[in-house]
Amino acid sequence: MTVARPTRTRKDSAPPKSGKKAKTTKGNASAGVPSGRGATGHRTDLLESMLRIRRFEERCVELYSAAKIRGFVHLYIGEEAVAVGVNEALTPEDAVVSTYREHGHALARGITAEAVMAEMYGRTTGCSGGRGGSMHLFDASRRFYGGNAIVAGGLPLAAGLALADLMRGQDHVTCCFFGDGAFAEGEFHETANLAALWKLPLLLVCENNLYAMGTALERHEAQTDLAMRAASYGMVAWAVDGMDVEAVEHAARRAVEGIRTGTGPHFLELRTYRFRAHSMYDPDRYRHKAEVERWKERDPIGLLTDRMRENGELGDKELARIEQRITDEIDHAVEAAEQAPEEPVEHLLHHVTSSSAEAVS
Amino acid sequence: MGAGETQEAKTTYREAMREALREALRADDRVFLMGEDVGRYGGCFGVSLGLLEEFGPERVRDTPLSESAFVGAGIGAALAGLRPIVEIMTVNFSLLALDQILNNAATLLHMSCGQLPVPLVIRMTTGAGRQLAAQHSHSLEGWYAHIPGIRVLAPATLEDARHMLAPALADPDPVLIFEHGSLYNVSGELLPLTEPVDLDHATIRRPGTDISLITYGGSLPKALAAADELSAEGINAEVIDLRTLRPLDGAAITASVARTHRAVVIDEAWRTGSLAAEVSARIAEESFYDLDAPVERVCSAEVPMPYARRLEEAALPQTADIVAAAHRTVD
Ligand SMILES: Cc1ncc(C[n+]2csc(CCOP(=O)(O)OP(=O)(O)O)c2C)c(N)n1
Repeated sequence: MTVARPTRTRKDSAPPKSGKKAKTTKGNASAGVPSGRGATGHRTDLLESMLRIRRFEERCVELYSAAKIRGFVHLYIGEEAVAVGVNEALTPEDAVVSTYREHGHALARGITAEAVMAEMYGRTTGCSGGRGGSMHLFDASRRFYGGNAIVAGGLPLAAGLALADLMRGQDHVTCCFFGDGAFAEGEFHETANLAALWKLPLLLVCENNLYAMGTALERHEAQTDLAMRAASYGMVAWAVDGMDVEAVEHAARRAVEGIRTGTGPHFLELRTYRFRAHSMYDPDRYRHKAEVERWKERDPIGLLTDRMRENGELGDKELARIEQRITDEIDHAVEAAEQAPEEPVEHLLHHVTSSSAEAVS
Repeated sequence: MGAGETQEAKTTYREAMREALREALRADDRVFLMGEDVGRYGGCFGVSLGLLEEFGPERVRDTPLSESAFVGAGIGAALAGLRPIVEIMTVNFSLLALDQILNNAATLLHMSCGQLPVPLVIRMTTGAGRQLAAQHSHSLEGWYAHIPGIRVLAPATLEDARHMLAPALADPDPVLIFEHGSLYNVSGELLPLTEPVDLDHATIRRPGTDISLITYGGSLPKALAAADELSAEGINAEVIDLRTLRPLDGAAITASVARTHRAVVIDEAWRTGSLAAEVSARIAEESFYDLDAPVERVCSAEVPMPYARRLEEAALPQTADIVAAAHRTVD
């Protein structure tokens, strides 16, 4: 990463560079960062939320192998701290726009494992009525606007949601998640310009996991310092350790506070890593096992668990209890999805236009 | 603007559209207009001239040259409960926003199982005839008419320019309005509205018995002129204005062909894969036994629109071409 940056960007921490030894978190400044509520209970919540995403997706792998769920499935494993940390900074009135790698965002947003699992099964009880699948999760009641499978396609939409809130004098923030791959698309730059120009209440969250499918960041970006590039549009931009959920939460809270005071869009580059392949179809030939293993030393769930154990905030029993709760929840979600009715074929043409069917049941 | 617009009861297509916008902005404070140069410049075709002064820069919003971002922002704002009217300078430039229109506006309702309607209106110019060459002159509305989940309108008359916007805004789904560039200066007396303009039905602009001339938008005046010529020869042509290109009013087409037994379809798009192709296919499917002659199509030549006047005229469907096609079906 480059050293020189404009004054408005800030580097909270850097991820280990491939080929170099991973930084450990011991003594990492962000470990001492006060979280929003700071209490033990809060850390437990963060841990549970990340574990829910992890276990949910591990179950997805099994179900995919068993051909229970199909289509493109993009796992978030390794990146959980981003969804969970950012979501902590948002209120239910804020809006969220996401990509095709959105199980984590959806679950962190409070869409139930049951509704997401049913969607993967293509059932009527799914959060998109079985029309979206893994890549298109929606929940209007939670202001969760997808689930966009076009790289960078959600960004303009997010600007519009933010514009509407601004025009109506509402104090809401729209949060848009996207990958580092979006930086190469014009839509990112059009939206960054528009949002900064109009001072839109928009939180741009770039999940820099260093790869766009099989193309490494330095092979798809001429300038890999993403926060610096975002800052060039005149918005506040930070690079943050995306493996440390508390650092993420802290940065997101600061950004959201800034946005709510009317200072326009903020950008967070969250340096993270996906432990799994790009999608279930991907044989993952483009990166070394050793690199993946190095990043796994900084597993966001492991980091938080270690921190909590060191502080005596988490015992084996408590962890087992959380794990059991999540297992039950996911078991139930799978069972419910298995039982749930499939959408009747007669409903095929429903919701093409508003007059072509009844609202979601 | 200028010379042609006088103090009489006459109005232009441009003014009719502007009046529709003004009415919409006055009627509902959720409505706002956004696009390149809609504000200070007054709209690249002068349609929104004066609206900035009346409604302010929040509601008549100049955007950067970012078709994808501001069309997408229109979609997001519609999702959040506003009623945006997005202007794109021409259909050619709309291709930079095609992703947003097709992958977001047209699909969100269905993919979300009815949770996310997109009450958005997008206006743009289309068509040739002003020597603007290939990157400003194409008629691609037929491509948009291909897409389920959106409504596609082509107001061809002063009345439709004036009165289609309100029902378009009332539609809970995305509506695209195509304004043919050659129509803006058309002037005449704006007829009073006898019944609400509905966006589901084609209309008969001139009743007839011998042949159906089926068209829309910028080709309507040419079809009407052709009908005049034909009537001088004793051929009584019916002129159907499709008005709404999606959903297409198939029943109106079938009914007309059942009366006249002959059809000429006029469409400024390229013939291959055009809306005219769709209309012809429908006639083949629904009206085969009513036909006394093969369907004729009058479309643009399969060439990027040239600049040179003679070449452009030769590329476009002209009244004489329509008359000739009509003769081929009647003779
Ligand atoms: C416009 C567009 N081009 C190509 C693709 C195919 N594609 C799907 S995911 C992906 C990589 C995107 O990488 P990134 O934005 O870094 O997100 P990540 O998958 O790493 O979360 C590509 C190229 C797409 N979905 N959309």
